[in-house]
Amino acid sequence: MRVKNGAAAPPIPAFTVPPLGIRVHAAGFDFGGAPLFEALDFELAAGSWTCLLGPSGVGKTTLLRLIAGLVDPWPGSAIACSDGGALAGRIAYMAQQDLLLPWLSALDNVLLGARLRRQPVDGAAGERARWLLARVGLAEKLASLPAALSGGQRQRVALARTLFEARPLVLMDEPFAALDAITRHQLQALAAELLHGATVLHVTHDPWEALRLADRLYVMAGAPARLGDPVVLPGAPPRDVSGAGLATRHAELLSLLADGRREAA
Amino acid sequence: MAWLRGIAVVIGLIALWQAVVSVTGVPEFILPPPLDVAHALVADASLLAGHAVITIAEILIGFACGGLLGVATALAMAAWRPARDWLLPVIVASQAIPVFALAPILVLWLGFDLWPKIAMATLIIYFPVASAFFDGLRRTDPGYLDLARTMGAGRGTVLRRIRLPSALPALASGLRVGVAVAPIGAVVGEWIGASAGLGHLMLHAKARTDTPRMFAALILLAVIGVVLYLAADRVLRRAVSWHAESNPADD
Repeated sequence: MRVKNGAAAPPIPAFTVPPLGIRVHAAGFDFGGAPLFEALDFELAAGSWTCLLGPSGVGKTTLLRLIAGLVDPWPGSAIACSDGGALAGRIAYMAQQDLLLPWLSALDNVLLGARLRRQPVDGAAGERARWLLARVGLAEKLASLPAALSGGQRQRVALARTLFEARPLVLMDEPFAALDAITRHQLQALAAELLHGATVLHVTHDPWEALRLADRLYVMAGAPARLGDPVVLPGAPPRDVSGAGLATRHAELLSLLADGRREAA
Repeated sequence: MAWLRGIAVVIGLIALWQAVVSVTGVPEFILPPPLDVAHALVADASLLAGHAVITIAEILIGFACGGLLGVATALAMAAWRPARDWLLPVIVASQAIPVFALAPILVLWLGFDLWPKIAMATLIIYFPVASAFFDGLRRTDPGYLDLARTMGAGRGTVLRRIRLPSALPALASGLRVGVAVAPIGAVVGEWIGASAGLGHLMLHAKARTDTPRMFAALILLAVIGVVLYLAADRVLRRAVSWHAESNPADD
């Protein structure tokens, strides 16, 4: 196993799954008769990080859950994978709440997926979980219960658990929103580093976060919600958000979001 | 500290009791002074102990049966939809039946020995355990269920690995209620018809106007109840020690 000498760095990629592109076609969903969004078409390029920005309540989370297979889309909605296979069983999900099981140690929380799939958790799997926890900076906290960890540490465990799943598509729903500014900044950088090579769809309401992490971002606005044209960002994430170009982009995004909110109201 | 406070409360209650007896001059067969009761406790120690063992056995066996049945019912309802659709209304409706009203029938069916009391205790423990545990099982954080679904977990695995452990604090509250009401079931059963047990001893002493012995049996029952509750509470806290809200300042 390569992971055994992982602690010795130089960094072995934490994410080693072959990249997968996703194409969403005519996605629609309604709440009690009123369409929340309809006819959404977009693409998640293989191995790229896509941010979905939009005001609260516009349907970002629902769109994410729809792709995750947690809610049923309208008939006619279709999701195609670049390799022609089905998407089911190929996503990992990370939410705003860390969703750590309070009765399991950090290590056992990372191993949760394996346990739930009745796969062995000793040997290679356990080794890999330990290595991932070390990569997120929690080598000393393997046995700690979630209650003994800070909010940032808990979200680090959740990140390690997401990486352990080794799924080609990672869906993240405001995973850093509940953290304080410094912790959030650190975790954004860590996630960008460790999820390098994954196809990521990241829902956020923070334009700075999107500018820092995304290869490409969409603004979702209106009622029923539509997606704007993709904004393609240059350079490799995580970006230095103090860069001059990004401040202009940020102002543009804010005005786009404000327009969207006005439209929805 | 909690120990000292408990002892202080007990001493205070005994002092109050003595004060009531002294001030009102109530006759001994209505309210015997504490010293007489203490005397009865010592003089009848072996008699009381013999009956106490019976009552404790009824409570413990009833607690085990009621607890296991309650857990099994809740699990069946959580795991299997038809069980839930058929059993839940029955359980809700049966909570409205005064269980004590069943005592004479249980005695009629099961006789004068241990069984009707065990059945009584079982019944009275069953409902709080089944309903609390089932409530816990169906109130799993939906976020956990979403996560498990994206991880490809089957229903049975989700029940065993996520819903069941997250419902343990609810089960612990149900068991706490159960252990608190179990002595009631046993004693009521003994009142209706018995040849042994502290409830039986109380009725027997009442017939002979041996009030100090009645009080001695009552005190013994109270002690048994408190000790059982504290023991169960201790075990349950340890079992769900990860559940921070239930024990904010343990030890």
